[in-house]
Amino acid sequence: MGHARSVSETSPPDSEEPAPERLRRQDTRLDHYIDRYAARAHGMTASAIRALFAVANRPEVVSLAGGMPNITDLPLDVVGSVINELVLNDGRRAMQYGSGQGEPTIREAICDVMRLENISAHPDDVMISVGSQQGLDLLTRIFCNPGDVVICEAPSYVGALGVFRSYQCEVVHVAMDEQGLNPTALADALRALRRAGRTVKFLYTVPNYHNPAGVTQSLDRRLELLHLAEKADLLVIEDNPYGLLGFDGEPIPTLRSLNERQVIYLGSFSKTFAPGFRVGWVLAPHAVREKLVLAQEAATLCPPVFSQFAVAAYLANYDWRGQIKIFREMYRERRDAMIAGLTSHMPAGTTWTYPEGGFFVWLTLPPGIDSHAMLPRAVTARVAYVPGTAFYADGFGSRHMRLSYCFPTPERIIEGTRRLGEVLEYEAGMLEIFGTAVESESGRLSLGPREAPGPDQA
Amino acid sequence: MDDNGYLQTVIVLSGGLSHERDVSLRSGRRVSQALRSRGIEVVESDVDSTLLSRLAELTGSVVFPVLHGEAGEDGALREVFDLLGVPFVGSVGSACRVAFDKSIATTVVGAAGIRTPTQVALPHETFRELGAQVLVKALGDQIGFPMMVKPSRCGSALGCSKVTRAQELPAAMVGAYAYGSVAVIEEFVEGTEVTVAVVDRGRGPIALPAVEIRPESGVYDYAARYTAGATRFLCPAELEPDVANRSADVALRVHAALGLRDLSRTDLIIASDGEPVFLEVNVSPGMTETSAVPLAIETAGWSLGKMCADLVHAAAIRGGRARKISLAAH
Repeated sequence: MGHARSVSETSPPDSEEPAPERLRRQDTRLDHYIDRYAARAHGMTASAIRALFAVANRPEVVSLAGGMPNITDLPLDVVGSVINELVLNDGRRAMQYGSGQGEPTIREAICDVMRLENISAHPDDVMISVGSQQGLDLLTRIFCNPGDVVICEAPSYVGALGVFRSYQCEVVHVAMDEQGLNPTALADALRALRRAGRTVKFLYTVPNYHNPAGVTQSLDRRLELLHLAEKADLLVIEDNPYGLLGFDGEPIPTLRSLNERQVIYLGSFSKTFAPGFRVGWVLAPHAVREKLVLAQEAATLCPPVFSQFAVAAYLANYDWRGQIKIFREMYRERRDAMIAGLTSHMPAGTTWTYPEGGFFVWLTLPPGIDSHAMLPRAVTARVAYVPGTAFYADGFGSRHMRLSYCFPTPERIIEGTRRLGEVLEYEAGMLEIFGTAVESESGRLSLGPREAPGPDQA
Repeated sequence: MDDNGYLQTVIVLSGGLSHERDVSLRSGRRVSQALRSRGIEVVESDVDSTLLSRLAELTGSVVFPVLHGEAGEDGALREVFDLLGVPFVGSVGSACRVAFDKSIATTVVGAAGIRTPTQVALPHETFRELGAQVLVKALGDQIGFPMMVKPSRCGSALGCSKVTRAQELPAAMVGAYAYGSVAVIEEFVEGTEVTVAVVDRGRGPIALPAVEIRPESGVYDYAARYTAGATRFLCPAELEPDVANRSADVALRVHAALGLRDLSRTDLIIASDGEPVFLEVNVSPGMTETSAVPLAIETAGWSLGKMCADLVHAAAIRGGRARKISLAAH
């Protein structure tokens, strides 16, 4: 029984008809503030591609598009009791405003975590951010003027591209191969930019289990890169959310552990613990760090104090390293399913990277097939992926797609590759019929709207 | 309605599994809010395996489907409602099937004496079986450029493209076929883009003031439709009174010719000679913050909430009935 309304109250009164003479013309763009937005807000438009990911959330669709970590194996009872203790013993501190730089306890714990990847740092050098996403945002805010150049890998992480775009930076992509960023290509790019008189503020790189490319920089590559960065006096921002999620062997030393001067390091608990706490960090030299803290205070006053206490308590009271091992095995199983599925179901002419950790495989399609144009058909066939175009600021990427294996079960992953294989076969048929010369990669020059699923999509 | 004549609950259906799911969710939210602002109890529901049991629980409620794309507009769901005797707002299944398919709707509307663009409908198999080159050339010769290529069954301008020369046609076909197996190829009609909503609150259909659509980019594509600020709307449209009347008349005749019910929105181009040309009709028009129908309703002097409440009321009085399916107009 709900709130009822009587029939008589809803019957239409007799005299209500629109009379043309009485009508007042509306001339509207349905946004009262359309002429007042800042230049940096332009280009925030609705996107049909992004809207398709709303369908990907339905259980009928096998989504190989999301990037949500699988936290089903998190020991909720442990986390619950840790937080319970936290509230009872320290609640008033944890629920109060805190430091703009972040709470000391978590910063100390972070130094222990970073040691696993060879980084030695002092808690004072660490600044807490609301996820490493915000760390990157604040770094860009303090370093970049509109029009400054930021160098990214080709492809690059869509979240980072969004930050650079919002600060009106120009992104220059530099080629990668199966060992990661190509130093020769980087040197060429730097030379060309210098000659053109452009200001290059930093290189943004994801050396471990790259999102979306799946590749990892070898140790030799890292050394080569750092040598180049020193020579060119290029600042390097190293983003490392997946470093502890490699499936074989020990983590490769981070760029930051090999060079303290040229590298600013971004870390995160999102994939090793859970994303919902929104706790990440920036490791930067003191002068940079001081500006970052001021920027943080201007943005948030302080990053979430309760979250920091919660994560610190979890780290102190639970075998978090063991938990990471559990996650690793779970993701390894899924990686294996993905590779097996791709091997069985992908048509000839398709190639893909082999990830040794992390969440993603980067697929290269047979020539002529456009992953961007194909997505609607894939959605109809109940499989979703992220078109490669989402990971480039310059319109490239339609010959690629990113497939994630972090969330679905191994069976679903294989089913997803099967459906994808059918869609590709169909698309190849279309290509044969129409002999379409796909719009060349350079044809789509305008910065498209952000075309990737939101963070809350599996 | 219960025995005392009180309206119980409205079930607003939004989401579904079509390409326009996101738009549908936005429409559903706006309609739900509008109904709640009139004090009506609303349950929002997606179309999934729990729907039928929810309908069974909420006997006496009226369904307001705000689904876009196949999920709601191809008629299948409405057949189910009629089968179960559930009252709902909007056209019956058989009418939807005709209206949603551009190749069929245009034919029916044209037969009713309304001007329509020259149109050819082709499934992709035809290209495979008969060869693309010859067909592409024939289309260019017969329809001429510029032409519009669209999926036969889709909305929100998804898969639609304007083709100005022959070399662009194959890619346009592939783009349209990404959304379905049949595409329509039409002559491009130059003119003023308007859309006319028709509503029936229980005493016969009336046409609301026409909405004129002027996208900033020049193309009323997905981004132009759903980004606030991207398109300029004028309501009533800047038309001569006789053209405005003719447009309203066309929309009403379309509504009647296709056997539509309660609510529809007809998209027209006013050609240079002042005659409205039919493009397509929508049996489940968008109700988002940037949609034309709510704007037309407000210009006419009603609130969206009142209009939706009246439509629900009319559906409730009509009642749900298990009925023989026929194409007879209401």
